[in-house]
Amino acid sequence: MGLLSKKDSKLILDPLADNNPITIQVLGICSALAITAELKASIVMGLSVMAVLAIGNVVISLMRNIIPSKIRIIVQLVVVAALVIIVDLVLKAYSYQLSKTLSVFVGLIITNCIIMGRFEAFALANGPWRSFLDGIGNAAGYALILVIVGFFRELLGSGTLLGFKVLGDPIEKTGLYALGYENNGFMLLSPMALIVVGIIIWVQRSRNKALIEDH
Amino acid sequence: MSLKNNLDKLKQKYKGTKMATAFGAFHTFLYTPNDTTHNGTHIKAADDLKRTMNTVILALIPCLIFGMFNAGYQHYLAAGDIDAATGGFFSSQFWTLDNFSLGFWKIIPLVIVSYGVGLGIEFLFATIKNHEVEEGYLVTGMLVPLIVPVDIPLWMLAVAVAFGVVIGKEVFGGTGMNILNPALTIRAFLFFAYPTWMSGDKVWVQGAVESIGKVDAISGETMLGSLAQGRHLGYSVWDMFYGFIPGSIGETSTLLIILGGLFLIFTKIGSWRIMLSSVVGALIMGLIFNYLVDVNVISEGSKFYGLMSTPFWEHLIIGGFAFGTVYMATDPVTASQTNKGKWIYGFFVGFLSILIRVFNPAYPEGVMLAILLMNVFAPTIDHYVVKGNIKQRLKRLKVKTA
Repeated sequence: MGLLSKKDSKLILDPLADNNPITIQVLGICSALAITAELKASIVMGLSVMAVLAIGNVVISLMRNIIPSKIRIIVQLVVVAALVIIVDLVLKAYSYQLSKTLSVFVGLIITNCIIMGRFEAFALANGPWRSFLDGIGNAAGYALILVIVGFFRELLGSGTLLGFKVLGDPIEKTGLYALGYENNGFMLLSPMALIVVGIIIWVQRSRNKALIEDH
Repeated sequence: MSLKNNLDKLKQKYKGTKMATAFGAFHTFLYTPNDTTHNGTHIKAADDLKRTMNTVILALIPCLIFGMFNAGYQHYLAAGDIDAATGGFFSSQFWTLDNFSLGFWKIIPLVIVSYGVGLGIEFLFATIKNHEVEEGYLVTGMLVPLIVPVDIPLWMLAVAVAFGVVIGKEVFGGTGMNILNPALTIRAFLFFAYPTWMSGDKVWVQGAVESIGKVDAISGETMLGSLAQGRHLGYSVWDMFYGFIPGSIGETSTLLIILGGLFLIFTKIGSWRIMLSSVVGALIMGLIFNYLVDVNVISEGSKFYGLMSTPFWEHLIIGGFAFGTVYMATDPVTASQTNKGKWIYGFFVGFLSILIRVFNPAYPEGVMLAILLMNVFAPTIDHYVVKGNIKQRLKRLKVKTA
């Protein structure tokens, strides 16, 4: 990558795979379980977190030398809360239906451990550009898992992708449904999201044995 | 003898390769292997895993055969071709070749799919992970066809078996390491994934689904389904006890299940503690509900009235309670291991079964959910039983030394 130095591009690429916030650090699980029944909601959620985390990381990084360390958590909360409210209002203004689907989970980005984690672990100790990249990278890692889970849950649970009936029409019995296929209702329930995330973790750790924790 | 030798030769030939486990499993399944363990201390006993599994399967065979007859009987009865069985368990309307052949051709494919998919995955995992194929699936594979409705599409069963074996068992490390009973995991998967095929009044009688909308539409509700809606179907207690009622394939005949249960207790494979305590738990819960009806806490208009006013002992012979208690709750891997723990575990299985059954009409088969829930709690129960035991012994030690 010409644009980024090797060290900088590592900031983006690492969280996508070997240091993924969901599958390796096991953070931000709640929203991954709650809103991934549809692919569209997963994508929007991923983008929202990316906006909040990237901007928040930059803001915190700029203020890192003037925040008194005793009250840094409160300062971080104020920053992330302000950003989440902006994202929430934007969603309500431009995509009301979707914000209904995401409901409380946009507001709950505030409590997403990934965000506070990156503020604490990275933005407080690094410059704004590197913090920005780190925010993008971690949010992308989060979004990647959400999209994978959302893809399988919507495809197998509703037979659609982004609302398009890719497997045929279940009522008119076209496509796969003509052969007797039926949607898997279990996929739409939250436990299945946990199982899908579990399978991703399983696949990832089987490919890269170094990731297996020893107990 | 020659087959055994040939297998042995093949085993030697493939020793050290990936296929070794697969051949080893076949060999062990059919015969006692030639080679024995060489080092360490051993307890010599005949009741190895293979024999344990086979005993349970033997106990299940009567239920399977009965299920075949019952599938045909329910179909022809609902279609109006035959009269209801009269004259006790050996009723001539029930034990006919027509009934049997219809059931046979519907149920054998379920058994084949269940075993084919399940054992296929077991072999696959054994080959990849390079461990021995375990006999654990033999019982599961027989249980699965017995606890599904007769009309379940085969591909659904295949998907569910794959899910149950991989997620329910293999990810935990295979037979003996699983937390949840694999057969019930498979059923729970089917239940939540394809509810239209697993509940309601259309799935329990063969051919009912296809007949929807036709002139000669047939339907067959289970006892639980109709009771949950406050209606009492016209089955006599003896019908329920003998099993001449619609339901999952192998669960209807309480009589044969009791015989199977006695066989398991006699061979010391099923735990009588679990069976007895879950019956006690179910009776107590049933008595509580009957009492609530008696003192008019629950009146006729309530949506729980139908199931709550059912005499407490009738809960034991309707639905899958008997089957679950005898064959599923006693699974030695997922039940509690300590004797005291078994009492507690069994009691709550029975208690919760009836509770879920009555209070949640959407999940009429409470016994499945109750056993799965208690499977999760079984290690915790054992933990506290063992701790209590240690405490008691320490106290005794103190008294002695003092």
